[in-house]
Amino acid sequence: MSGVRVLVGTRKGAFILSSDEKRQSWDISGPHFAGWEIYHLKGSPADPNRIYVSQSTGWFGQLIQRSDDGGQTWAPMGNTFAYDGVPGTHQWYDGTQHPWEFKRVWHLEPSLTDPDVVYAGVEDAALFRSSDGGQTWQELAGLRHVKGNLWQPGAGGMCLHTIVLDPGNPNRMFVAISAAGAFRTDDGGETWRPINQGLISPFELPDSTAEVGHCVHNLAMHPSNPDVVFMQKHWDVMRTDDAGEMWHEVSGNLPSDFGFPIAVHAHEPNTVYVVPIKSDSEHYPPEGKLRVYRSRSGGNEWEALTNGLPQQDCYVNVLRDAMAVDSLPSCGIYFGTTGGQVYASADGGDSWQAIVRDLPAVLSVEVQTLP
Amino acid sequence: MIWVVIPHHLRVLAQVGKEVGLVVPPPVTLTAVLTALETDYPMLRGTIRDQATGQRRPFIRFFACGQDLSHEPADTVLPAAICNGDEPLRIVGAMAGG
Repeated sequence: MSGVRVLVGTRKGAFILSSDEKRQSWDISGPHFAGWEIYHLKGSPADPNRIYVSQSTGWFGQLIQRSDDGGQTWAPMGNTFAYDGVPGTHQWYDGTQHPWEFKRVWHLEPSLTDPDVVYAGVEDAALFRSSDGGQTWQELAGLRHVKGNLWQPGAGGMCLHTIVLDPGNPNRMFVAISAAGAFRTDDGGETWRPINQGLISPFELPDSTAEVGHCVHNLAMHPSNPDVVFMQKHWDVMRTDDAGEMWHEVSGNLPSDFGFPIAVHAHEPNTVYVVPIKSDSEHYPPEGKLRVYRSRSGGNEWEALTNGLPQQDCYVNVLRDAMAVDSLPSCGIYFGTTGGQVYASADGGDSWQAIVRDLPAVLSVEVQTLP
Repeated sequence: MIWVVIPHHLRVLAQVGKEVGLVVPPPVTLTAVLTALETDYPMLRGTIRDQATGQRRPFIRFFACGQDLSHEPADTVLPAAICNGDEPLRIVGAMAGG
């Protein structure tokens, strides 16, 4: 019998929620790594029993954990993230140059084909790769050569938070960095270039169409159509049809085009989900109504999905890595909130239920569809 | 034997009890004790001192014999009671709250 495993990272540990394909009743295990911030955990598409975890605290720094049995047991992996060569400098808040300093791992992206290969997006922004299951890490330093000296941290830190692998082209990868923008490699990570043409950031940048500096919040792609990438920017929901050569806005009728996560339906490449947030200083839903918005047309026309979601006095946020989809025949959508709820829809967003409440603030949600 | 008390979260990580016994050849300095600890328990690397700089992590404190040794040079020889194994070196997560 098929089923799903929802991997939830929170401010104080990880939780694993399991259900059969009906997705009506859930078993909850956790907290794993109790007391630690779990920015992200994600399973290998090539081996669902392998799960990588980013575990950190302000006291004890960064750890990487790995499970080879679907989250029943864990083992610490390597946690040395050394920038390649002389780390160099980037822009600091006061306009001076500041040395690159490793702070934490925001996102782990396992290879689509090799369970031992995994990528790590880190703060200060850089991309690392492990080819031995997380025991050692090597920086793909070409990324920081793309005007890295001009990048500067936003209020949330200078983090590489999004890694999207092209299933049709193992040499192509997209990443996004807060307050720096989106970048693409076509040679497996050796060289990179900014792909920010069409982004307009008049409130955040002195040059609103600068080559780098845009605050990209999240990217999403459907595996059948890897040239089409959707973006939730600081403000604006964007779309490219040519792998980032040019972006155009598809915010359409959204009540706010600010937000963090963006996701694509597992079986409908033009069905996209976002969670509008009121503004960059008011990180909660407009009107206190928690609404997921769905576009079935690849953007511009959006419908509010509210059935089962709180429609008054709701002031939670949904962070950038806290929404995911399963690939069961009736696509499931999942998202977690800073209020500690994880909501799930087993019908593509038409109806929702809280599958767990009162967790610590949710930082990330990933889903594994199990055979 | 040198005895070290480590914080709860690191005990869980290293799968040890409250006190860890270490063989540390003299001179018994903070650096020598931490190196021995990280050698015996490699999963603790980076959790007490930064791997790149070797510096104490900001929210870690070193207490011993009623003294705060956190700001002492890392090559300072530890008090005799530590070196003799009579007192533990306490590695403490700094207070945080509000």
